[in-house]
Amino acid sequence: MLESGIIIRALMRNKIGALLIALQIALTMTIMVNAIFMIQDRQQQMQRDSGIDEKNTFYLTNTVFAQDYNIQVEMQADLNLIREIPGVVDATQINAIPLSGGGWSMALQHEPGDDKDTVSSALYMVDDHGINTLGVELIAGVNFTPNDIQWRASGQSTWPDKTIITKEFAKSLYPDDWQSALGKTFYISQSQPMQIVGVIKNLQAPWNGWTGVERSMLVPFQMESQGSNYIIRTEAGRRDELMPIIEKVLAERIKGRIIRRVTTIEDTRKKSYRQHNATNKILTTVVSTLTLITGFGIVGLALFSINRRTKQIGTRRALGATQWQVMRYFMVENFIISTIGVIIGCIGAIALNMWMVTTFNLTPINIELMIFGVVALFIVGQLAVLYPARKASLISPATATRTI
Amino acid sequence: MFSYYLKIAWISILRHWGLSLLMVCAIGLGIGAAMTTVTVNYLMSANPIPHKSEQLFYVQLDSWDVNDPFDEGKNPPDQMTYTDSTNLWKANKAFRQSVNAQTYAVIEPNDPDLLPIIADGRANTSDFFAMFDVPFIYGSGWTEQADTNKELVVVINKETNDKVFGGKNSVGETLKIDGDMFKVVGVINTWEPKPRFYDVTTGAFNKSADIFVPFSLIAEEKVRRSGNTNCWKPSGDGLAAFLAGECVWTQLWVELKTDQDKQQYLTFLDAYVEEQKQYGRFLRPLDNRLSNVMQWLENREVVADDAKMMMAMSFMFLVVCLLNTVGLLLAKFLGKAPEIGLRQALGASKATLFSQYMIESACIGLAGGILGLILAYLGLKGVESLYGDTMQGLATLDVSMTALAIILSLVSTILAGLYPTWRACNIQPAQQLKSQ
Repeated sequence: MLESGIIIRALMRNKIGALLIALQIALTMTIMVNAIFMIQDRQQQMQRDSGIDEKNTFYLTNTVFAQDYNIQVEMQADLNLIREIPGVVDATQINAIPLSGGGWSMALQHEPGDDKDTVSSALYMVDDHGINTLGVELIAGVNFTPNDIQWRASGQSTWPDKTIITKEFAKSLYPDDWQSALGKTFYISQSQPMQIVGVIKNLQAPWNGWTGVERSMLVPFQMESQGSNYIIRTEAGRRDELMPIIEKVLAERIKGRIIRRVTTIEDTRKKSYRQHNATNKILTTVVSTLTLITGFGIVGLALFSINRRTKQIGTRRALGATQWQVMRYFMVENFIISTIGVIIGCIGAIALNMWMVTTFNLTPINIELMIFGVVALFIVGQLAVLYPARKASLISPATATRTI
Repeated sequence: MFSYYLKIAWISILRHWGLSLLMVCAIGLGIGAAMTTVTVNYLMSANPIPHKSEQLFYVQLDSWDVNDPFDEGKNPPDQMTYTDSTNLWKANKAFRQSVNAQTYAVIEPNDPDLLPIIADGRANTSDFFAMFDVPFIYGSGWTEQADTNKELVVVINKETNDKVFGGKNSVGETLKIDGDMFKVVGVINTWEPKPRFYDVTTGAFNKSADIFVPFSLIAEEKVRRSGNTNCWKPSGDGLAAFLAGECVWTQLWVELKTDQDKQQYLTFLDAYVEEQKQYGRFLRPLDNRLSNVMQWLENREVVADDAKMMMAMSFMFLVVCLLNTVGLLLAKFLGKAPEIGLRQALGASKATLFSQYMIESACIGLAGGILGLILAYLGLKGVESLYGDTMQGLATLDVSMTALAIILSLVSTILAGLYPTWRACNIQPAQQLKSQ
């Protein structure tokens, strides 16, 4: 650009003012890039598929308090009753709810023994209706048969000899070829053999922050315990209508127990990711107000410097500069300042990211985001300076002949 | 003179109202954001029991798997096995000691019209109430005999007392819990320490328990365990085998009055572990720890990473706002160069000019601070509604936070005003007068 030399020399006369804007742009970029990075990271986590039919599934807790209560008989009666209600696809008893944050984890190992390597996984105890109720897809092997299902007494330490695992879990056991996990026998609880009879596409563990969240296993157990969860899947769109009905028929069927916490999976997901969601909203607010403040700061300072230079601008116009040339002067000036700003900003963004990587175990930032930040701040700068520059270009050449 | 400067400042602020508004908004937003995150951090890291937090210690023993250490060997397990906590409790080597664990139970009110209630419970030993200064409305905690004799006694909170007994003095009444008749010995007032330091394993900002029962009743299967259980070694079938196994699910707190007591207790713990090693337990190197309340909360990282990150970011945000203000003030004061030159020529000293412009900066700062407080209040409301239960009671501005907001805004704007004022005071009067 032709005038850039002149503009730089003019800027050098007011170094501090220009530097202040540049620093402001730099810090804005530092925060913006890192905040967007954090937002994206959380959004990716939130978009992961839990594997179950979230829209049409809900669960409730059944807490038994009566002393003379036949848990086995009554639970089977409950489940049979629920499964017969029109609109219900299927139901099962389950020990933990995906996304809920509370659950059970166990580890499998290739060989028995207490000093062997293990791979841990979330464990869901379900009956042969488990796969259908959860709505997970069986991609290899077979489902449990009714004969596989065993009763698990409270505090029991032995395990059934069959399991169905997720594809990701199979991959952790056989990194090269997950399909070879099918039919193999592994050891649970250090020494008890357990054969993998089926593989499902995906089913998340209850803990969304866990690195092994995609590793889950189904075990053919029905729990004989005083507190348990029933998970229920309905036909599309009928969940809300069926929730109170099922709660009512269960509560009325037999006394001596409490039916509580009738909750949809959608609500559980919301609660589970509430913190992520909140953080994202706060960060979005911070980034947008910050950009606005920087933008308005540029507008304010530009207006001021234009006011001070009214006479010079008038003189330039009188000497033949076009309106566009005057406008361009301020836009180029802003471009130069922004360039300094984003250079410092890039350094700042990387530095802040490095600090967060070491302090909070975040991943390093990607280059696309840095480029986005640079472009965004150039655009903000140019947009902010547009109005003052336009105002400057409208200064009449006659001003040059007047004294203020 | 001060009031005169105030008047001049007011006129100047009004004359450039757009610029002044921009500055006030910038400072307000910066202070608002900073105060919101500072308050959340401050409340998250608050000392829940200030007068004795130095005397209460959480006990950790490393009983974990020698092949696969807990937390990669960085920390001993966050809870204790039943065997160890009951042994240490029986040894009775501390001034006070309490074993506790989370439970839940179904209460069937005596009044047949009332529906059964699921209550969050805590199973603890008798010292719990005195150790943690639990406030009683009626009655008191139970005695140590009740623990040893496994008596069916219960302390209930105000909410449960209101629900089940209509708020009357229910001490001496019976209450049906999980099918057994318990005797109410005490009713406590609302007691919600934030963070819930006595048990952070199931959420540091969760609600306190509804009912408290003797810890020894867990082994009797009179109450049900909830909370986290972590095992490294398979245990046999049934409750007895589970209790004797290597699962951690209990928590032990001790009260030790002096440093010397603490040292003695540590020595005792080491001796205990050495003794247990003879039974083939504790294969890991000796790693027994006593953490006081604040150390324990820090160790458990009760202040969320998110909160810390947001605080760092909001302080950078405040810096941006201040840079903005410096720039705008500089432009404004330099724009007044002719006026300053004139005043200097008429005899105003630099000190006079300095105080005048500093007052103007401070006025803007004060206005910004007040706006900031309003924004922080709204921000906290927003945080509370976004985070829901986990932030309940964590998002309030107290007196010290309000004072901090005002001071922060004044200090930061005065700092922001220093350089522009200094520049303004160094204007050469001759030059300014010439150009007019």
